[in-house]
Amino acid sequence: MAVLSPLIAVALTVATTFVIFALYGVDPFRGLYIYFVAPLTEGWSREELVVKATPLILIAAGLAVAYLSNNWNIGAEGQFTIGAIAGSAIPILAPDFQTFATLPLMLIMGALGGALYATIPALLKTRFGTNEILTSLMLVYVSLLFLDWIVRGPWRDPMAFGFPNTVSFSDAALIPFIGTGRLNASAIVALVVVLALAAVLARTLKGFEIRVLGESPRAGAFAGFSAKRMTVFAFAVSGALAGLAGIMEVASVIGKLQPVISPGYGFTAIIVAFLGRLNPIGILIAGFVIALSYLGGEAIQSGLQVSSRMAQVLQGLLLFFVLACDTLILYRVRLARPATPTGAPARA
Amino acid sequence: MLEAIILTVITAATPLLLAAIGELVVERSGVLNLGVEGMMVMGAVAGFALTNTTGSTLLGIAGGLVAGALVSLVFAFVTQTLVANQVASGLALTLFGLGLSGLLGESFVGTPGIKLPSLDIPGLSDLPFVGPILFGQDILVYVSFALVAFVSWMLFRTRAGLIIRAVGDNHGSAHALGYPVILVRYLTILFGGACAGLGGAYLSVAYTPLWVENMTSGRGWIALALVVFASWIPYRVAIGAYLFGLVSILQLHAQPLGLGVPSQFLSMLPYLVTILVLVIISLNRRTTRLNSPACLGRPFVPDR
Repeated sequence: MAVLSPLIAVALTVATTFVIFALYGVDPFRGLYIYFVAPLTEGWSREELVVKATPLILIAAGLAVAYLSNNWNIGAEGQFTIGAIAGSAIPILAPDFQTFATLPLMLIMGALGGALYATIPALLKTRFGTNEILTSLMLVYVSLLFLDWIVRGPWRDPMAFGFPNTVSFSDAALIPFIGTGRLNASAIVALVVVLALAAVLARTLKGFEIRVLGESPRAGAFAGFSAKRMTVFAFAVSGALAGLAGIMEVASVIGKLQPVISPGYGFTAIIVAFLGRLNPIGILIAGFVIALSYLGGEAIQSGLQVSSRMAQVLQGLLLFFVLACDTLILYRVRLARPATPTGAPARA
Repeated sequence: MLEAIILTVITAATPLLLAAIGELVVERSGVLNLGVEGMMVMGAVAGFALTNTTGSTLLGIAGGLVAGALVSLVFAFVTQTLVANQVASGLALTLFGLGLSGLLGESFVGTPGIKLPSLDIPGLSDLPFVGPILFGQDILVYVSFALVAFVSWMLFRTRAGLIIRAVGDNHGSAHALGYPVILVRYLTILFGGACAGLGGAYLSVAYTPLWVENMTSGRGWIALALVVFASWIPYRVAIGAYLFGLVSILQLHAQPLGLGVPSQFLSMLPYLVTILVLVIISLNRRTTRLNSPACLGRPFVPDR
């Protein structure tokens, strides 16, 4: 059931898409083909699929650590942004520093920036008991405004003819491209990180600690695990991965800082995390599914004149379906037969 | 100047108040619906679309209310009937609402809207200072205050309120007493959705008669924070909403003054103030513990 339920959710979403196309007056089979199949038939769009999936997978893998340990970090979009800004500081403030160490330093700064930014809601939660959902989300808006200020103000390229963006990064500060299009080495970094995380979660004491504290904080306390320290750890890890995704996005396909650097990856990654059932390998697959929905959205816009915003609607629907299908895992569905007097607990 | 500030504070506070008072009832029944932002933005797009196609602002507002309630029904089904995780389902509702409203509103971007007319009572509305403030508002401002009074009375002075609070504080006992826990929660979620939709419609029909994508810009989340700020007491939601209205308006009034602070930093103020207020509120754990519904966010599966 654990493997089947996300598949059921995807199937339900495809079925809904079929109905929506029919309502739009588009031949539903042609619509489904253009949305879900056509993007996979060409080389460049397969590369584009990897490019879109990379940040989603990286962020979602981090979020899985947070959600598994029952820490609700929904500010990944903000940590992505701050990571991008922190890492970009090197090529923007020291454009002449161009060595083999430039790029690794940028990635470390990005991850650190994201981790530190994520630690704010974590510390507010552990110190004062403040709701981390609301604080982490509020910090998203703060970070987006900060990015807007920094690219229009202090970091603006004076040669940009008034356009709000920074200088373009030098080659030493760019992640090498490995394909014919926009495919670059950040996909490999993401793959390595996700596999490492999968090993940590499945094979180490830390992974056990994460799951125990998530499922039963009391049992975790008896085992000597500290829920507070876990909160800070989980937020820092998810923030670091989001920040890493942010700087890798900026240092590859974008190549500079600008007011908008993400089409909402930080929020969409929440869907990826749940679709992958909070399992790094599952997330790896789920990332491609969601990336396909982005590409399909663009394809139906150009091919069928159906709005690309459809992608967002379908992603939202998909999350509903995933959560609804979780019921199939956690509970056994039976036809209700009320008034059995034995009083056995119904919880599965 | 003061009059102008007060008038703008009222319009900035009303959508927050409408959404927050609905969420307060939802949370009092033990359900945490994080989808306020999604329901609000659906209310905003439906309100704008209906106002523009029918020409009637009242129909538009009613449409916003219905749209908010309809999407909240999805949340109710998933969390109550299918017992899914409430936090994740609320996020799903927000993402879904933001996406769907963007799709539905695409053709309305850039179209001028119709503004909800203000009340005009001859004589009273013309009084200096108090006239425009007390008697010259649009109808939803009065509705928002009426709602606070109604919710206050309903929760603490009626049997229905007692049942809602019982369900929120101990759903097991409420169920054992024969109260329909799931049904009560369905109804409060619907009420919360209608209120959020109303708040959203206020944005697109009264506050700025325009449709802009993501026009709620986090107000749904601030409404959620307001419920915590109010420690689940209705009249305090009104105080909170007006304080936040004041903060967001001061930021608008400070911008032309210059002060050397970049506008982006001023725009951060409402979000930073929200964080600050949440921290201050959570410092006082006794009040929070005393009033917060004990079963908040916990799923309920009836024993057979």
